[in-house]
Amino acid sequence: MTVAAEGSPPLRMTRARRNALLRSEPVQGFALISPTFLYALILLVLPIMVVIAHSFWTQHYLTIDRTFTLENYRVALTEPIYRDLLWRSLYISLTVSLFTVVLAYPIAYFISFHGGRHKSLWLFLITIPFWTSYLLRVMSWKVILGYNGVLNSGLMGLGIIDEPSTALLYNSSAVIITLTHAWAAFAILPIFVSLEKVDRTLVEAATDLGDGPLRSFLRVTLPLSAPGIISAALIVMIPTVGDYVTPKLVGGKDGVMIANAIQAQFGKAANWPLGAALSVTTMLIVSLMAGATVLIIRTLQRMAR
Amino acid sequence: MRARRFLPGGWLSAYAFLYIVFLYLPVIFLPIFSINTAATPKFPLTGFTLQWYEDLPRTPALLDAAWNSLIVGVSAAILSTVLGILAARSITRYRYPGRRAINGLIMAPLVLPEVIVAISMLLVMLQLGLSLSLFTVVLGHVLVCIPYSMTVLTSGFEGFDRSLEEASADLGESAFGTFRRVTLPMVAPAIISSLLVCFTISLDEFIIAFFLTGTEATLPIYIWGQLRFASKLPGVLALGTLLLVASFLLMTIAEILRRRAARRTQNEGGLYA
Repeated sequence: MTVAAEGSPPLRMTRARRNALLRSEPVQGFALISPTFLYALILLVLPIMVVIAHSFWTQHYLTIDRTFTLENYRVALTEPIYRDLLWRSLYISLTVSLFTVVLAYPIAYFISFHGGRHKSLWLFLITIPFWTSYLLRVMSWKVILGYNGVLNSGLMGLGIIDEPSTALLYNSSAVIITLTHAWAAFAILPIFVSLEKVDRTLVEAATDLGDGPLRSFLRVTLPLSAPGIISAALIVMIPTVGDYVTPKLVGGKDGVMIANAIQAQFGKAANWPLGAALSVTTMLIVSLMAGATVLIIRTLQRMAR
Repeated sequence: MRARRFLPGGWLSAYAFLYIVFLYLPVIFLPIFSINTAATPKFPLTGFTLQWYEDLPRTPALLDAAWNSLIVGVSAAILSTVLGILAARSITRYRYPGRRAINGLIMAPLVLPEVIVAISMLLVMLQLGLSLSLFTVVLGHVLVCIPYSMTVLTSGFEGFDRSLEEASADLGESAFGTFRRVTLPMVAPAIISSLLVCFTISLDEFIIAFFLTGTEATLPIYIWGQLRFASKLPGVLALGTLLLVASFLLMTIAEILRRRAARRTQNEGGLYA
C-alpha cells in the first residue's frame, strides 16, 4: 500500500493479492448493492414507467384502452380546474421553498459559525420535531388556526379581536404556513453542510483585505454556500408541489392542490390515465422550475463574486 | 474570530431562540389539549383530565391499528435495514462505475412527491394483481425508509478501518468469525440506529399507507379517519401525544447510537452530513 513497503518480499505478495482483489472490486461492489438497486428499480423506476405509459392511454369504465393518445395531457394542461390547481401548487411550493430557505439560512449560519462545541446538539434540537408524524404536525396547525383555535381564542382572550377570525384557516396562506413549518429542518441541514465547508481563512482574508463584515459575507460566505441553498430549495420545492395532507386538512376550498386532484382520479373519479397524466405533468413542470431555480442561484452566485 | 462575524452573535442567538419556539410551539399544543377537559382545543384551558388517555385502550379499532402499525413498522425496519446495510457497505467500501447513479436512484424517494411515489406503486401492484394489504404497505415503506437507513449506515460505515478486518483474517479468523467478532461490534450501533429510524418513519408515515393499504388501518390512517369527527378530537390528540413521545424517544436513542457508531469509526457529522 505504501511506497516504503515496496521492497520487502512478503509485502509484495500481499500487494499482488490485493491487486487481484482490486480487479474484482467493481464486481463485488455491484453484487453487494444489487438487491437494493433491484428493489428501487422494481418499486420506483418500473412504477414510474407504468405511470408514464398510462398517461398515454384511455380508460373506459374498468378497461384500459391502450391506443396512444395525448388527450389526457390536453385535459391536464387546458382544463381550467387542472390548470389552476397546477399553477397554485407551483406557486405554493415556490413560496414555501423561498420562505424556508430565507428563514433557515440564519439558523444554519448561526450553528455553523457560532455553534461552537454544541453544533450537533443544535442540529439534533432542530431535527427532533421533524421525526414526529407529519400528519400530527399538520393537525396541530389546524388546532392553532381554526375558528375555535388557539390563535383566535388567544387573541380574543387578550382583547385584540372581538370575534374569531375565519381568515386564518382554509386558504392557501394556511397551507404555506404549515408547509413552511413542516419543511424547515430539510432546508437547514443542506445549508449547514455547505457552510461547514466554507474555508474560514477565506472569510478572514476578505476582512484583512478591507472588506467589512457585511461585504465579506455577501462576497465570500454567501456565494460559497450556494450549493447548500440550491439543494435546500430543491429538497423543499419538489416534494411540496405534490403535498396531499396539508391542503386537505388546512387548505379548504381555496387551498386545494394538484395532489388532491391526482388522488381523486385514482379514487372516486376512477380515471387512472388522467391521474397519471396529471402526475407526469406535475413532475415535468416542477423539474423545469427546479432547473430554473438552480440557474438563477448560480447566476447570482457568479455575479456576487 | 472578529473577522468571521457579519452579524453580532447576540442577534443571531435571539433569532435562533425564536426559531426553536416556532418549530416546537405547534407540536406542544397536542399534549396540552390532550389533558384538557374541554372537547374543543381552545384557550382558556378548562381543567386537567386523563380521561382521553383512559378511553384509548377501550377502542378496539385503535388497538387493531396499533397492532398493524407494529407489524408494518418492524417488518419495514428489518427489510430496509438489511437492504441499507448491503448498499451502504457497497458504497463505502467499493469503487465501481455507476456507483453514484445507483446511489442517486436509491436516495430518490427522499426528494420525490410522496403522492406520486404512492400512486405509481399502487398502479403496478394493481396491474400485478397483488391485493392491497399490510404487505403492500411494507413494500412501500421499505422504499421510503432505505434512503434514511443508508444515511445512518453510511455515516457509521465511512472511515471504517479495513485493516482491522484484514488483521483478523491474517490472524486466522474465518470470514464469518471476522464478521461476527470484528465487523459487527463496530457497526452494530449504526445498524440498531437504522432500525429505530426506519421503524419511526414507518410508524408515522401516512400517504403511502393510505394508498397501499386494503381494509387494515395503521395508526396514522386511523387518526385520519377520526379527524372527520369533531367529538373524537381529544382522543386523537391523546393518541397523537403518545405517538409524539414514542417517536421522540426512538429518535433520541437512534441518534445517540449513531453518534457512538460514528465515533467508533472516527467519523464526525450529523444525520445528513
